[in-house]
Amino acid sequence: MSTLHTVNKSPFTHGTLASCLSICTDSDGVLLLEDGVFGAMTTTPCATRLTELIEQGVRVYALIDDVKARGLEKMLMSNIELTDYVGFVQLSTQHRCVQSWY
Amino acid sequence: MIFSLAVYSPPYSSQASESAYRFAEALLAEGHSLYRIFFYQDGVHNSSQLLTPPQDETDFTSRWRELSERHHIDLVVCIAAALKRGILDEEEANRYEKPAHNLHEGFALSGLGQLVDAALMSDRLVTFGG
Repeated sequence: MSTLHTVNKSPFTHGTLASCLSICTDSDGVLLLEDGVFGAMTTTPCATRLTELIEQGVRVYALIDDVKARGLEKMLMSNIELTDYVGFVQLSTQHRCVQSWY
Repeated sequence: MIFSLAVYSPPYSSQASESAYRFAEALLAEGHSLYRIFFYQDGVHNSSQLLTPPQDETDFTSRWRELSERHHIDLVVCIAAALKRGILDEEEANRYEKPAHNLHEGFALSGLGQLVDAALMSDRLVTFGG
């Protein structure tokens, strides 16, 4: 059953994104929000694992407002999708449950 | 779809209360319903009527209250988490012989059972933490 994982901490300072990615399965989605959007940068400590998971079918999203608030628009991995709060709501309905990592 | 939210973080210390509020607005605008917002751990600070932010900053307590009134949403604050952080309603202030109470109108102190109930009664429970 698919889960939407939300991660709101930067992987540069916290281990929550790495923990989340270690148990993420192919039909899951990952939404990066708040400082979690630092995980969408090309220089993120989790870049290799994120790319592996995306190639296996995991969809990874970053909340656009939080990306813009941190000036990261031009520093993101190209395979991460941008979404807004309406998109966040829709993702919540498309997955069986929402698991928050904080 | 029926949603409930759990807020575990205080306003102004982290972005979680802001994220929770914007998620609540978005889901209501999309035509979903919001059964309950449960404030737990440091999230109980969202319910204090004594929060006095500057005029150009968000007044979270009033915003939750307005959202609740507009959409008939249950605002529940964990009683154990609230009391030890100095958030009391009149009944608890009397019980513990405290000189004042500060729970904002529209919020209710109750137990963790209300969080379990929210999980059971809703299609999705979304947590906004630290």
